[in-house]
Amino acid sequence: MLGLLPGLEVIRKDFPILERRLSGDLPLVYLDSANTSQKPQVVIDTMVDHLERHNANVARAMHQLGAESSAAFEEARDKVARFLNAPSRDEVVFTKNASEALNLVANTMAWAGPLEVKAGDRVVITEMEHHSNIVPWQLLTERKGAELRWFGLTDDGHLDLSNIDELITENTKVVSLTWVSNMLGTINPIAEIAKRAHEVGAVVVVDASQAAPQLPVDVQASGADFLAFTGHKVTGPTGIGVLWGRTELLDQLPPFLGGGEMIATVSMERSTYAGIPHKFEAGTPPIVEAIGLGAAVDYLTEIGLENIHRHEQAVTGYLLEGLAGVDGVSVLGPLDPTQRGGAVSFEIDGIHPHDVAQTLDARGIAVRAGHHCAKPAHKRFGVQSSTRASSYLYTTPAEIDALIEGINYTKNYFKVK
Amino acid sequence: MDLDSLYQEIILDHYRSPHHAGLREPFEAQVHHVNPTCGDEITLRVQLDGQTVTDVSYDAEGCSISQAAASVMADLVIGHTVDQAMATHEAFLELMQGRGKVEPDEEVLEDGIAFAGVAKFPARVKCALLSWMAFKDATAQVLTKEQS
Repeated sequence: MLGLLPGLEVIRKDFPILERRLSGDLPLVYLDSANTSQKPQVVIDTMVDHLERHNANVARAMHQLGAESSAAFEEARDKVARFLNAPSRDEVVFTKNASEALNLVANTMAWAGPLEVKAGDRVVITEMEHHSNIVPWQLLTERKGAELRWFGLTDDGHLDLSNIDELITENTKVVSLTWVSNMLGTINPIAEIAKRAHEVGAVVVVDASQAAPQLPVDVQASGADFLAFTGHKVTGPTGIGVLWGRTELLDQLPPFLGGGEMIATVSMERSTYAGIPHKFEAGTPPIVEAIGLGAAVDYLTEIGLENIHRHEQAVTGYLLEGLAGVDGVSVLGPLDPTQRGGAVSFEIDGIHPHDVAQTLDARGIAVRAGHHCAKPAHKRFGVQSSTRASSYLYTTPAEIDALIEGINYTKNYFKVK
Repeated sequence: MDLDSLYQEIILDHYRSPHHAGLREPFEAQVHHVNPTCGDEITLRVQLDGQTVTDVSYDAEGCSISQAAASVMADLVIGHTVDQAMATHEAFLELMQGRGKVEPDEEVLEDGIAFAGVAKFPARVKCALLSWMAFKDATAQVLTKEQS
């Protein structure tokens, strides 16, 4: 198959969990990577080594271990900055996940300052957002008396940009959208939308949670002013996320959480704040998680995001072909693998997604069933939930075969023709 | 994992042809319950005559387990007193929370015994309980209304 990663079998050996046997001595077929990715040995080892040999708090410990821990933590920031092609390492803010990164922006824009969203201002999102890029903006616009608008979707799962000039207007302060949909798989033209947003002076926030694992992310070329992603979907650990923002904008935002290490000086009456990124990192950060994330992005960079993207397109194309060959299966989202990422949501006539997932699980195949935290996108296509199979750099064509076989078995089990 | 212990024929029969489905008049209380993690939903109406449950009607969307559970629940409570229905609910709850170790009483639970296997799948227990929770809520609302 064209486009598959060379040395796929060697790459699979990097992920110890792929050796797992499940109940009934079945091999694991892990097709839930858009939910969370598996972790390579190098990430696990880096984290264990840090905990075994270098553990100390960062920035506040004046001893040798403290220096080692601080150096490793800040080196992780350098690695993430390189991964994103960020112009400055100080533009990389560690958060606990992508949700916190998006909430950081939406919350600090409520406060007085150059970027404040005021009554009558407009925030524009899209109908294909994950709940984490909907709810924070609902909270912001409700609190401030601002207006929330959104791009609708076309029947084939793309953003409907036909009314872009009516949506993005002079009073639009924020345009926040996902780069790659976690449900439909759609890859959005973020640079094009950012261009229109910048014409009216709006700030562009990009949710790259599904993009960072599988596309080369260059924040300077993307058109984003802020960009969020989470560690656990890029082969890193949970508990660590990233907010990247342009220096001049991060400088203009007030602090988010107050506490240790985000200050310059504190008196009982008032405080002054640290510069970026530490202004936004109150309290002891997730140290070993950040270090694990640094190892993860280095691992992906070594394999090459272009190569991973090609692999995902090949596997996704094969999956879409397989699904097209099963009667009663319909895919939600674009059918052209070059226009989408590696998450494919589908329905099987007459069988509820939970029952599909349960039946597949009994065969060792892990998929996700439900609304995937994208209820409005499901509603747009008239469904309550769907089954989602999502591949990653370690997914093989044989695993896709197992899924298609499992779907046929499921139809048979529930006596659906 | 033993799929057949989860998907008993009785469950699949109720799923394919649910009993008492659809929303009917008259009703004294209507509730809407959702399972936020998976999105299953039920709108359920209860009609009482004194202490007797004269009708339970519902519109449910969800997996086979949640749909079949609503059908069996309606069978088990319609025509019974509120006290009997709540006792049946307790027995069903005990079965569901028993991790597959509780022996169900067919006299009490009738087709509900088919759900014994569901208790071994912790992620699915809430599917089986959604309609019961809605029934309990709606019935409590009727009784509160009548007392005031």
